[in-house]
Amino acid sequence: MTQPAVSAKRKAPSPWKQPKPLKKQNNPNAVLSLNGKWGYLFIAPFFVMFLIFGLAPIIYSVYIAFFNWDPLGTQDFIGLENFQILMEDPDFWLAMSNTFEIWLLSTIPMLLMSIGLATVLHRQFLKGSTFWRTILLVPNITSVLAVAIVFGQLFGRDFGMINVVIGAFGFPHVDFIEESFPSHIAIATMIIWRWTGYNALIFLAAMLAIPGELYESASLDGASKFKQFFYVTLPGLRNTITFVLVVGTIGGLQVFAEPLTLGSSFSGGDAGQFKTLTLYLYDRAFIGSQWGYAAAIGIMITVVVIIVSIINFFLTKRISSDTK
Amino acid sequence: MTTLVKPNKKPRWQKVGIGSYFVLVMFTVLSIFPFYWMFIVASNASDAVSKIPPTLIPGDRFFTVISNVYEAAPTFNQSLLNTVYVGTVVAVAQVFFSAIAGFAFAKLNFKGQRYLVLFVIGTMMLPSQLGIIPLFILVGKIGLLNQLGALIVPALVTAFGVFWMRQIIDAQIPNELLEAASIDGAGVFRVYWSIVLPIIAQSSFVLGLFSFLATWNDYLWPLLVLRDPDNLTAQVAVNQLKSHYAIDYSLNMGGAFLSTVPLLILFVLVGRRLVRGVMDGAVKG
Repeated sequence: MTQPAVSAKRKAPSPWKQPKPLKKQNNPNAVLSLNGKWGYLFIAPFFVMFLIFGLAPIIYSVYIAFFNWDPLGTQDFIGLENFQILMEDPDFWLAMSNTFEIWLLSTIPMLLMSIGLATVLHRQFLKGSTFWRTILLVPNITSVLAVAIVFGQLFGRDFGMINVVIGAFGFPHVDFIEESFPSHIAIATMIIWRWTGYNALIFLAAMLAIPGELYESASLDGASKFKQFFYVTLPGLRNTITFVLVVGTIGGLQVFAEPLTLGSSFSGGDAGQFKTLTLYLYDRAFIGSQWGYAAAIGIMITVVVIIVSIINFFLTKRISSDTK
Repeated sequence: MTTLVKPNKKPRWQKVGIGSYFVLVMFTVLSIFPFYWMFIVASNASDAVSKIPPTLIPGDRFFTVISNVYEAAPTFNQSLLNTVYVGTVVAVAQVFFSAIAGFAFAKLNFKGQRYLVLFVIGTMMLPSQLGIIPLFILVGKIGLLNQLGALIVPALVTAFGVFWMRQIIDAQIPNELLEAASIDGAGVFRVYWSIVLPIIAQSSFVLGLFSFLATWNDYLWPLLVLRDPDNLTAQVAVNQLKSHYAIDYSLNMGGAFLSTVPLLILFVLVGRRLVRGVMDGAVKG
């Protein structure tokens, strides 16, 4: 006898508590009173241009990677042969190790210095904070070419400022252009110079978003500045660190403008010290006229970038969840 | 109670020591020095900087060096103007296309919206070099090789711009505002034009600046597609000085200086807005 009463209760919920959505909502944040159909028209110009000049070339690039493609000669389908040759190409592996060495030499100091710089800028009663923030962005707006011309001179073997300083301390001069490891330091320096201030601003923005009460309660609990940094600031930055690392990796693994200008050629220097993955791609494409091979290099760069980004992502996730 | 609170004493973590200012001054010097050095080398004879210790004060040869630059690259001014032209067109186009698409992605409800956004974000991960050979073929096929259009047309839209504008519109424009306007009878385009655009004007300007700077500094693509001396950009012109006179530091630096000064002037005018833009766009948390 009680059965129908219960089911009746279930069947008739208050119509006010669960209003049915009027439309199927594809965008949870959308303004529903606006006619969504216009959306297609608004994104159309972007998509049309992007498909033609962004996506189509990428797809076509994958296609020509399976060919022996000479721009002025024949185009023969050769399957995976480009990739097979690539796997045994010492220049490719040299480019790979150079790229990773430069990436490591630049990323880690840049990350540490920009977080340190952001910590200084984060001081609440810092005088002239707008001035400092602005000046730190100056390196970022300059062209890589102009920077490379200046740094190429500063790193000069005989009369470069840096070697003059090294010499003044009684050490022998270092050849930052011809020798492999020093030339990577020179390139890493240019990258660090360009990006430290920019990333410091990114970290500063993230630090400013950390609620001030966290610092207040930490200092009331007697936490030193040092401890506050490790237990309040760093955990608050974990997504930002991941972001900077991923973006820095995508850019860093494609480095070519600095080695190209410092070495003044696509060949990557006499000892191959400037040969990076992207520079090798350009060399094969526009000096060697091996478009299929160059396209295969491009695909390998993409694969490497994606793998390293995923590793980065999980590594920083892991580290940050450990400190949490 | 009042005796416990000392309003004049700042907590320890709020004090700014001299060490902090030292760090900032050091970074400032390191940031500025290469520009200063560019001027030093461009205003001295080559042997003044090729000795130990090198000179650190500007010389009197600046105008000689600059006229040498114009002698070696007679179309340098044209190259600078070309760069301004290309940069401005690209900046305006990117802002236009990104803002309207970003608005649609942030505030409009249409089928497939979510997947299209994911698509845009996904393509941002792809290395830009991946499609460069087909793009080179394509630009040749539509007859843009050796023309400034080769720099403009492929750069009119970027996935980054659309993504950025979507974030900005999502963060800066409350839905209630748009709802109120549409209930009052404004159509979608009217809402975009009279409400959204004025609010995002500042951020659009920043996006435009970034596009302009990126175009100004782009160097490899112009090097590939431009040959005609009347049609170079500033970077390509500087690069040609480099390849012809590989050891003449004064000449190289003079060219680099000429191609950098417009940016520095622009930066003095709008640098603070750029800083705000970088910080607004940062991932926080």
